[in-house]
Amino acid sequence: MTTVLVFLDHPGASLAKSEREILSLGASLGEVVVALADEAGPAYLDGVGSYGVREYYRPETAAVSEVLVAGKAAFLAAAVRASGAGVVLLGNAYESKEIAARLGVRLEAGVITDVVALDSDLTATKSDFAGSYTVECRVTTDVSILTVKPNSFEAVEAGPPSSPREVPIPVELPLAAARVTGRVDKPVSGRPDLSEARVIVAGGRGVNGNFGPLEELADALGGAVGASRAATDAGWIEHSAQIGQTGKTVSPQLYISAGISGAIQQKAGMQTSKVIVAINKDADSPVFEIADFGIVGDLFTVLPQATDEIRKRGL
Amino acid sequence: MDEATAGGLRIAVLVKHVPDAQFDRHISGDDLTTVRTESILSELDEYALEAALQLVEANGGATGGHRVTAITMGPAAAVNAVKKSLQIGADDGVHLTDEALTGSDASATSKALAALLRHLGPFDLVLTGMASTDGETSLVPAQLAERLTLPQVTFAASLDLAREDGGWSLTARRDNDTFAETIEAPLPALVSVTDQINEPRYPNFKGIMAAKKKQIQVLSLTDVGLQPDEVGFAGSWTKVEAAAPRPPRSQGTVITDEGDAGIRLVDFLAGQKLL
Ligand SMILES: Cc1cc2nc3c(=O)[nH]c(=O)nc-3n(C[C@H](O)[C@H](O)[C@H](O)COP(=O)(O)OP(=O)(O)OC[C@H]3O[C@@H](n4cnc5c(N)ncnc54)[C@H](O)[C@@H]3O)c2cc1C
Ligand SMILES: Nc1ncnc2c1ncn2[C@@H]1O[C@H](COP(=O)(O)O)[C@@H](O)[C@H]1O
Repeated sequence: MTTVLVFLDHPGASLAKSEREILSLGASLGEVVVALADEAGPAYLDGVGSYGVREYYRPETAAVSEVLVAGKAAFLAAAVRASGAGVVLLGNAYESKEIAARLGVRLEAGVITDVVALDSDLTATKSDFAGSYTVECRVTTDVSILTVKPNSFEAVEAGPPSSPREVPIPVELPLAAARVTGRVDKPVSGRPDLSEARVIVAGGRGVNGNFGPLEELADALGGAVGASRAATDAGWIEHSAQIGQTGKTVSPQLYISAGISGAIQQKAGMQTSKVIVAINKDADSPVFEIADFGIVGDLFTVLPQATDEIRKRGL
Repeated sequence: MDEATAGGLRIAVLVKHVPDAQFDRHISGDDLTTVRTESILSELDEYALEAALQLVEANGGATGGHRVTAITMGPAAAVNAVKKSLQIGADDGVHLTDEALTGSDASATSKALAALLRHLGPFDLVLTGMASTDGETSLVPAQLAERLTLPQVTFAASLDLAREDGGWSLTARRDNDTFAETIEAPLPALVSVTDQINEPRYPNFKGIMAAKKKQIQVLSLTDVGLQPDEVGFAGSWTKVEAAAPRPPRSQGTVITDEGDAGIRLVDFLAGQKLL
């Protein structure tokens, strides 16, 4: 049976949905072992154990996380060797992709990023050219390294919690390395994470500094708030809310675009959404070309009316 | 690398020639490679070039003895990415080109670029874009850093250099979802930059004229000490099996607000079972 090594980066208080998806995918491919570069709490570890994971690797040196990317790649290479894993699964955050990249060079193994589907023979499906192509590809080396997009695989029901056994492994850190010397936490919003949200309400320059109506609609729908680069550049909302070529790529069930023109770089991040709704004052906006439902109108009247209506219907 | 740090800075900027995203982009042929007509200097690599030029300007400018070299790997037309970089302000250019490079995945690309950088080196700083706008993998910079055993600082949203007694060091800022970090590293190092770092300049008339006199060195695989089977399809660790254009999204209903569009929106969402 194949051993599948799952790398979980920056563990939170409990398993995130995308992490449950990766563990479920791993379990469908073989026996899962987990690698954790950072310390995780008991609830998190119980969650990992509930997916049938009996062992998890930890670096013997805590400095692994202080060395940017290279430290975790070195740790993961050691974990692959110790476990004899044939498949390594990681998340799709930029940093995870880079850890995968360096791991690939270390192990002389192929890396495929942004995986949205996987056959039992490890043929992976991904999008290319900002979602305009579907590509099937495979790794041709013994070890396959795959980074998996959130919302693409089902998170199966886990078994009862059980705590896996910690396996410490030595890691040799690179001598010349970049080090993290400062860290400032950003305020947390309480809304769902953009890359995992079922519903996203995104605003652009048309929002004109006032995200209030978008936040209210997002809350009525249990969704997250996103933005175009024009809105993040203006400082109206955190940069991490940016969707598009140089921001996040999302594919929620519902994407509501308000006051966004729909430039190619914006579309790159959202055109694989299941349903797209667009509200824009300008009937000629390119965003209408990809919208399932478009409204030519003022977002400041349309959005509050929709929010009221949802509340009225008691939904 | 001490030899390089003694005088001015030697900065390599990796620039890629990519299909223009403003047009339809295609994958074709039996070998499923990207069609490269209508190609341009990758927009995201302009930020890396701008970062290089600003670092030079912040550290003595033309009198500092610094050198910015624009480097590309790709077919004949890829040299246009270098030419554009020279017009914008790079001092010289290098084009690695070879039939055998066709079909290189990220690992093979990083192998070829690593061999090229070793051949040309030493450099104090290797700058890249955050991702190529065609491959979009962001794998190449990290793999290059691993191959060249350079400290890696990726997705820099700001970048400064300081000169201390021992040599140069860098400070960068990175934005993650839930936190921002400060990163420090000694040079030589590899840095990839995001589109948050600066506002790239356009080539001006003077720059376009000056570029005509700048040197572009064209190199082949043997020049950088690689065998054909180490790169391209043969040297890649991944393989594309099939590629199909996704059917374009068809336009749905567009209505004009007549005072009830918010309600009609909720009706639509209810109809789609999205509430
Ligand atoms: C290298 C590079 C990378 C980029 N990466 C990204 C990226 O990741 N994501 C991204 O989004 N962009 C990105 N861009 C920028 C992109 O090209 C566009 O400039 C940007 O998306 C425009 O944002 P916008 O649609 O909000 O603004 P605009 O294009 O100015 O559009 C604003 C829209 O709001 C409408 N409007 C105004 N007021 C109202 C109102 N009251 N009600 C309804 N509608 C109203 C207007 O009709 C207009 O269509 C990138 C650009 C470059 C060069
Ligand atoms: N063929 C190439 N020639 C020059 N630079 C490249 C090439 N491929 C990738 N790069 C550099 O690596 C960065 C990231 O590319 P990628 O890993 O393909 O997303 C780009 O922004 C370039 O700076």
